[in-house]
Amino acid sequence: MTVPETPSYRKRIGYHTGLLGLFAFFASTALMISYLETKDDIKLRGEEDLKSTLEKVIPIDLYDNNIATDTITINLPTNLANKDPVKIFLARKKNKIVAVSFQSNAPDGYSGLIVIMLGISIDGQLLGVRVISHSETPGLGDKVEVKKNNWILKFTGLSLNNTPSSDWKVKKDGGEFDQFTGATITPRAVVKAVKRGLDFYTIHKNEILEQSNLVQVIK
Amino acid sequence: MTSLTLERVKTMFRDGIWDNNIVLSQVLALCPLLAVTSTATNGLGMGLATLVVLILSNLSISLIRDFVTPEIRIPIFVLIIAAIVTIVDMSMNAWLHELHKVLGLFIPLIVTNCAILGRAESFASKNSIRASILDGLFMGLGFIMILVVLGAFREIIGSGTLFANASLLLGDSFSFLELTLIQDYRGFLVMILPPGGFIALGLILAGKRIMDRQSAKSKANITAEIDKPSDFQTASN
Repeated sequence: MTVPETPSYRKRIGYHTGLLGLFAFFASTALMISYLETKDDIKLRGEEDLKSTLEKVIPIDLYDNNIATDTITINLPTNLANKDPVKIFLARKKNKIVAVSFQSNAPDGYSGLIVIMLGISIDGQLLGVRVISHSETPGLGDKVEVKKNNWILKFTGLSLNNTPSSDWKVKKDGGEFDQFTGATITPRAVVKAVKRGLDFYTIHKNEILEQSNLVQVIK
Repeated sequence: MTSLTLERVKTMFRDGIWDNNIVLSQVLALCPLLAVTSTATNGLGMGLATLVVLILSNLSISLIRDFVTPEIRIPIFVLIIAAIVTIVDMSMNAWLHELHKVLGLFIPLIVTNCAILGRAESFASKNSIRASILDGLFMGLGFIMILVVLGAFREIIGSGTLFANASLLLGDSFSFLELTLIQDYRGFLVMILPPGGFIALGLILAGKRIMDRQSAKSKANITAEIDKPSDFQTASN
């Protein structure tokens, strides 16, 4: 292959800089346009995802409000794994609060953070638990996903009243919950995170109820 | 370069699928390859996403090949590829959300795929637009093939299934692909974990070498029979 003679202006540093700048400009313009075109749809999809997760942790016939937007924030949570403000989703029926839903994180999984969504009825009973995101070992720890195994459904109906504190452990540690063959760390972390979530709810219950009434008055 | 004859398209096809396959011959793109091929379905998903990006990047780099100077070509190629990957990621998130939930993990990984920059550098920057698109297509198909083969191999040995969760990726009409090959299989975890990826890839690479050697041998036998007189000559020389 013969290389055609390059015009002399192409050897100037200004040509290179200009060209590079031009491409950077075009690339950022293209990115900007596609960002603007897609951001509303992406936000909508995110809300749909949130809604469908919420529907899984709180049965849909229990409430009649728009749970995804009816929220309050607890600024100083105790008992949860981190101290960041927690967003609480409120489920109401005929303006009376029936259940709450919030995230509880398990930082002590096998690899990385496990994010869990809890649905708790007003009297402290678990309505549903789902793992939202995790990076556990495929084929072992990922059985906490409802798609892979129904283990996570066993939490439904439990509360701190009907299950004593000492039972909130995997069987290997003398508790109530099954571990998986070859994976104990993941279910252990999930059980602990669910327990932490229940403890958090018990401590902050009055605060949550107070705030949720306030939100309603403002409305 | 030469025009796009049927003969050349055939050579390009052979190059992409076998002779110059991204993984088998160039041994590129191992990072995304080993990361996602724990199942055949994941491999297929990653392969499809890569195919789209490869065609788009080859197309746009071939478009600008005439006025980009060699000194600044690499930053420009990287810029273009990164922009394409980001745009594909955002559009899929917005308009093909279900697919994005399954593939979303893989799309940013495409940026780590040096094969795309490799094709931009060694093919698209020197060839016509049509040839570059075809090259992207064939190289992408070759990559999909390896991803699916490797994924299937690891999935069968590791968990005894084939194309598990394919309906999540391709829609419910493809659920017939989901097979459980070994009932009540206890699983062979190592094959699903990264070391299994290296082992399986090593076996596949070795297999390719053996096949190539054998075909070269049989070809050599045929030519030897035809060229016997000339062989004599060389020997006497």
